[in-house]
Amino acid sequence: MVPLVTDDDDRVFKALADPTRRFLLDRLFARDGRTLTELESELEMTRFGVMKHLRVLEDAGLVVTRRSGREKLHFLNPVPIRLIHNRWIDKYNERQVSALADLKAQLEEQS
Amino acid sequence: MTSTVQTSTTTQVYRVYIKASAQAIWDAITQPEWSNRYGYTGYVDYDLRPGGHYKVRPGEEFKSASEAMGNQLPEIIIEGEVLEADPPRKLVTTFKMLMDPEIADEETTRITHEIKELDGYCSLTLTHELDGAPKLAAIVSGAQEEYGAGGGHAWVLSDLKTLLETGSSFANG
Repeated sequence: MVPLVTDDDDRVFKALADPTRRFLLDRLFARDGRTLTELESELEMTRFGVMKHLRVLEDAGLVVTRRSGREKLHFLNPVPIRLIHNRWIDKYNERQVSALADLKAQLEEQS
Repeated sequence: MTSTVQTSTTTQVYRVYIKASAQAIWDAITQPEWSNRYGYTGYVDYDLRPGGHYKVRPGEEFKSASEAMGNQLPEIIIEGEVLEADPPRKLVTTFKMLMDPEIADEETTRITHEIKELDGYCSLTLTHELDGAPKLAAIVSGAQEEYGAGGGHAWVLSDLKTLLETGSSFANG
């Protein structure tokens, strides 16, 4: 159904439109399965503030939590980003796009 | 006071929301006529009881594409054991990829599929415990995609969603 999909995409874009939330995803990309305490220690922000950001990421499906004993672990879920990727990048031009992304990264590293 | 649970770092968790019944999603995971239509394709063969086998045979297209690149695929490309089967809600299996000898030498991993019925749609959560299998972890995370290894679980699940919601996928054009 189109409305459901649009609604999902809106939530993903809104969740990504914030530097703190992108930072949290970067941390999880570097190492997955972190606790709130770990994530909080890397930000100059109250625990409550970090929780609020994580909630937005969870509602957008970008973060999935899982209980491990007494701890709640946070995992980066790339599926919503993949779905956005699939919408505009098809399998035939995927390779060219990733080659250009690599080139950009290389050139920027050198400069 | 931060006590880090080290084992968790090797676990990967993926979730997708699909507008389909739990039974349709279960069938798409466990039936060969469905499994050959999305993601990496291939024919699954599950004996859905604890201790039962789990095998995947390559589909014809995947087989001939691999042969064209000089890779002879084994008859069975993925092998595991069913640990828990609760249709259409939960499926736990071990998982070993046999296509590459270096990956086949790694530890056996474990995949849990959980399907939850929500309001008119379902969530499918895939948890892959990858202790002692760093090479397989790189492949299923999609990190090897530019080398032709596919986009991993995120790619498979997004393709599965597309197939169930629209009737077509990347895999079958």
